[in-house]
Amino acid sequence: MSDALTNRIAQVFNEPGCATNTAKSEVSRKTGCTKQLTPGAAAGGCAFDGAMIALQPIVDVAHLVHAPLACAGNGWDNRSAASSGAETYRLGLTTDLTELDIVMGQGEKKLFRAIHEVIEAHHPAAVFVYATCVSALIGDDIGAVCKAASAKWGTPCIPVDVPGFVGSKNLGNKLGAEALFDHVIGTLEPETTTPYDINIIGDFNLSGELWQVKPLLDRLGIRILGSVSGDARYRQVAMAHRARVTMLVCSKAFVTLARKLEERWGIPYFEGSFYGISDTSDALRRICGLLIERGAPAELALRCEALIAEEEARARAALEPYRPRVEGRRVLLYTGGHKSWSVVSALMELGMEVVGTSMRKATENDRERVVQIMGDDSHMYENMAPREMYTMLRDAGADVLLSGGRSQFVALKALVPWVDVNQEKHEAYAGYMGMVDLVRAIDLALNNPMWADLRSPAPWDAPLATGAVLPAPQGACPITHIAAHPGQLPAALARPLAVASGSATDFEDC
Amino acid sequence: MARLVTARHAVSTNPLKSSAPLGAALAYLGIEGSVPLLHGAQGCTAFGMVHLVRHFKEAVPLQTTAMNEVTTILGGAEQIEEAIENIRKRAQPRFIGIASTALAETRGEDVAGELREILARRRDFDATRVVYAATPDFDGGLQDGWAKAVEAIVSALVPATQQRDPDLRQVTLLCGSHLTPAEIEELVRMVRAFGLEPLVLPDLSGSLDGHVSGNWSGTSLGGTPVDRIALAARSVCTLAIGEQMRGAARIIEDRAMVPAQVFPALTGLKPVDGFVRALMEMSGTPEPPPSIRRDRARLMDAMLDAHFFTGGLRVAIAADPDLMFGLGTALAAMGAEIVAAVTTSQHSPVIGQMPCETVILGDLGDFERAARVGDAQILITHSHGRHAAHALHLPLLRVGFPVFDRIGAQDACRLGYRGSRAFLYEIANAVQAIHHRPRPEDFGATPPPEEFSHVPHSAPC
Ligand code: SF4
Repeated sequence: MSDALTNRIAQVFNEPGCATNTAKSEVSRKTGCTKQLTPGAAAGGCAFDGAMIALQPIVDVAHLVHAPLACAGNGWDNRSAASSGAETYRLGLTTDLTELDIVMGQGEKKLFRAIHEVIEAHHPAAVFVYATCVSALIGDDIGAVCKAASAKWGTPCIPVDVPGFVGSKNLGNKLGAEALFDHVIGTLEPETTTPYDINIIGDFNLSGELWQVKPLLDRLGIRILGSVSGDARYRQVAMAHRARVTMLVCSKAFVTLARKLEERWGIPYFEGSFYGISDTSDALRRICGLLIERGAPAELALRCEALIAEEEARARAALEPYRPRVEGRRVLLYTGGHKSWSVVSALMELGMEVVGTSMRKATENDRERVVQIMGDDSHMYENMAPREMYTMLRDAGADVLLSGGRSQFVALKALVPWVDVNQEKHEAYAGYMGMVDLVRAIDLALNNPMWADLRSPAPWDAPLATGAVLPAPQGACPITHIAAHPGQLPAALARPLAVASGSATDFEDC
Repeated sequence: MARLVTARHAVSTNPLKSSAPLGAALAYLGIEGSVPLLHGAQGCTAFGMVHLVRHFKEAVPLQTTAMNEVTTILGGAEQIEEAIENIRKRAQPRFIGIASTALAETRGEDVAGELREILARRRDFDATRVVYAATPDFDGGLQDGWAKAVEAIVSALVPATQQRDPDLRQVTLLCGSHLTPAEIEELVRMVRAFGLEPLVLPDLSGSLDGHVSGNWSGTSLGGTPVDRIALAARSVCTLAIGEQMRGAARIIEDRAMVPAQVFPALTGLKPVDGFVRALMEMSGTPEPPPSIRRDRARLMDAMLDAHFFTGGLRVAIAADPDLMFGLGTALAAMGAEIVAAVTTSQHSPVIGQMPCETVILGDLGDFERAARVGDAQILITHSHGRHAAHALHLPLLRVGFPVFDRIGAQDACRLGYRGSRAFLYEIANAVQAIHHRPRPEDFGATPPPEEFSHVPHSAPC
């Protein structure tokens, strides 16, 4: 691994903006926040995966993976980040390194040609080049290739140095964001700026979630200038340094980026979430408050409160019809744990009982809020093994599971309804109306009449009250020509599965 | 007949192939109580798992040796030992299948040797059979990885014998990666119809067929029982389904003198006839069972009904070699013209026998281009072909792996008399679903003059 990469990793691990990190001792901070992985018991994506997740939602960029097939071949086109414009980001582009390329040391040359082909064929706003395990191991210098390619063809080529073996998805998120800070942000200037310009970082616009929130910002006259998130354009990333405020959405991974924006360009940031009613309101308040601090007219706050009051009332009214359908039902919430308390409180408001919530990635602060809402911490899980979860669900420990795709089948095979609330989901649940959609999804899952049928006994679960008396089989087996001997089987009370008499049967039936 | 051309570009646009280690992992999942283990960094496994889950809509056990920066430099033997230990602790598997990735192979590790040493030393691992296949991502695709894994399984678990002691009613059915669980079931049904008992390897029909089982397991559920694999030495014959299984069949032949027959394709009347003939000879059955007769008669009728739609149909197909060959030849035999054929691996003799001029070794970008140039009317490939279908406004028949935007992929059966019949219906119906009403312009005729057109007006009140 190059020294530059080693340094960068050490640096992103030492994140003063991260609450978890600052709470650690000096020593444990140095070891970084990725745990050493256990062979045979590890799950989760690699750093490359993480960088892709973070950067791929930039829609007019061509994302080129410098690797043998595995990295891109098994992983392209597998997320639902939505675009309102270019579709370039959806292309699966890889140098597909072959044995020959590797043995002959032709990786860099091939990459250079590949960049050219991509620019020729797709005219992207930029090319992001991802280094992976094999390209790093054979020592390809993607930085140099990108520099040469940018100079030659005039399209920015951005190196993203994230070989999977350096660590987890989370680390990859960070390294991806670093690449943006080093190579993209601040390279273009917007034509005009307004006091209402903000950055949104870390929302991937999955299934269009950003668009559930954008109408609110539109009504307040707030413009998303810079964006490291879903439906972003390359130019928006490049101009992010001119925004007044940064909102960091549900994401510790990008905190370094937000902090650096603050340090270098003086843009204050806050962490917020658009999941749940109270969180959405909080986020809007924070955005407006910070914008006002930075020179926006104070009346913005009034407009903001009016909007919140109106939207909250509307959402609560829309939720009310669901109350009788979900009241008293028990939810197990198994997500990253991040900010789930906002959803928890919304569900509890509707009379649902939250029997458990995972706190894997939650901060102390998140924990406290959960305790506040739920009374104690007895319902917080650190980590639940699939088998454990299966047993709990099968034994009717919960009525519905809200989780990511990973535990989908744990619930379904235990015949328990499941609602997808993670990254690969196909529904949008952000903002006020998103909460209504989520409750609607829970209602649909919970109250489907199918569950009762599925859980009802099979025909053979109860013994037969009467036996049928059938005549003994007749005729010969078509293969062996051995005749069936009437009388050899116990004639009375034969099982109702028997060969129809007199027909020439298949061997498989006899 | 066909010539293989390698697409000459540095960038692969919209990959067609899935990686070789994934193919190996899938093959290992056809063994009962197994956990596949990818030797590499953890990301490959995570991607692979998502890929499998999206296709099968099932939780899939898949583990990684989790190589990190240190083991990447120093070698990963310890990682393997630790991984086996941990998997055994958590899931008590009867079988662990290891497949290496590009990372491990680029380092040039002697995994086989290290594994032998580990297994010799760690007698406590004895209750779990461990098998290893070298499947670097940079060589071949899913089908090649699958084939290597099956070869590794039979090399390790089928005993070498000097004496033939055949069980005259047992045949080994070596299933290629292109077979769905439903297709394996269909073959089993056919073999049983002749009074023979198939030993299926690998058997996805029990493990990834999609069923609710009533308990949760950290290993594969169903599949070929590990202990039965040795019995392949006693089969009267090995039936290799797919050219890719020839290697494994040879190994069994070398080790246990079991004669092998390879069936590169089993879709369409003639190929299935060949299979049935072989079953008749093997079982000494001069008269096939009535169900087989009837299925053939029904396939004949389906061909009669379908040929109006398949005759002259311009087909673009992209798949691993065996699947491409099986479906491609079946359509060509029905009068269709293969205008574009793209495949994933050069390692297959069936490519040369494709009924078309060229086969491209390439990606879905090449597929889209070739389909456009060849003026294809229907596309046949996996779900990622949806981008090409969208761009070209053509119907897409989803076959192979992965199929993630339709459910029930495991139930598609396109071989045997019955499956061929279903396949022809699928094609004919996709063709009929294309909306086309003849217009005068299509023929260069002018439409009737405007003055004759009726001008709608509202009724007077
Ligand atoms: S772990 Fe390495 S080789 Fe595997 S997907 Fe991630 S970057 Fe690619």
